[in-house]
Amino acid sequence: MKWLLVAIIAVCNTLGDVLNTAGMKRQGEVESLGPRSFWVMFKHILRNPLVLGGFAALAISFFALLSLLSISSVSFAVPATAISYLLETLLAKYILGEDVRTRRWAAAALVACGVVLLSF
Amino acid sequence: MPATSLKAIRGAKFREGHARKTQILVLVVIITNVLGNVSLSHGMHQVGRIVSASPLDYLRAFANPWTILGICVLVVWMLTDLALLSRADLSFVLPVTASAYVLVAIGGHFILHDHISWARWTGIALITLGVILAEETPDRTTKGPPERLL
Repeated sequence: MKWLLVAIIAVCNTLGDVLNTAGMKRQGEVESLGPRSFWVMFKHILRNPLVLGGFAALAISFFALLSLLSISSVSFAVPATAISYLLETLLAKYILGEDVRTRRWAAAALVACGVVLLSF
Repeated sequence: MPATSLKAIRGAKFREGHARKTQILVLVVIITNVLGNVSLSHGMHQVGRIVSASPLDYLRAFANPWTILGICVLVVWMLTDLALLSRADLSFVLPVTASAYVLVAIGGHFILHDHISWARWTGIALITLGVILAEETPDRTTKGPPERLL
């Protein structure tokens, strides 16, 4: 049960971030940083199925995390976070078409290892 | 001055301003992530353990000012993160914003006098190295919307 929840958290978290990125890229860059352009961005998001799907996936991941925390210690949630970093980098390369080479792979791997060590 | 070089200068200035705005968004994402989570967790600790099947008991948490502040800051974090993802690669944003972990650990050490073990110092060093490596790559490598999806 614990590992099932860990898998759900990692997969839904990854799915949520990838859908959000794809949706936001489709929506176009937020050029100015004023409150007006954020309001326009927010209105577009409400009609953006990719970002809404991303929110749904992140919500599932959040509730799975709450369930996991209620049946085990915080340290059990750590592998899910670490796996997400690697899985998201993989999907960023092959689904979002980002240029992921040695440096970014190294960065993702270092952060994943760092997150695990921080939990000790 | 020939028109072509003027155009080149304008292009360079635009790219510089563009990169700076992305950096500002990265900073705001990291700071709101840290402040929102710290405030929310402080509030939830004040409220105490909620073990209940009734949603009304969870609503009690919203009566705490720290919880409300934390949620408001995390809403700002979410919107800023989306704005950042509209401009930069996910594989760039993820490692760079992981510096939030480092800030929480170091802040806990200096403000709350948390003990940091050797394993945790190593973790802080690895994440910092990852952030520096990712920072050296261009923030966006794709053009237009991702066509491979859907």
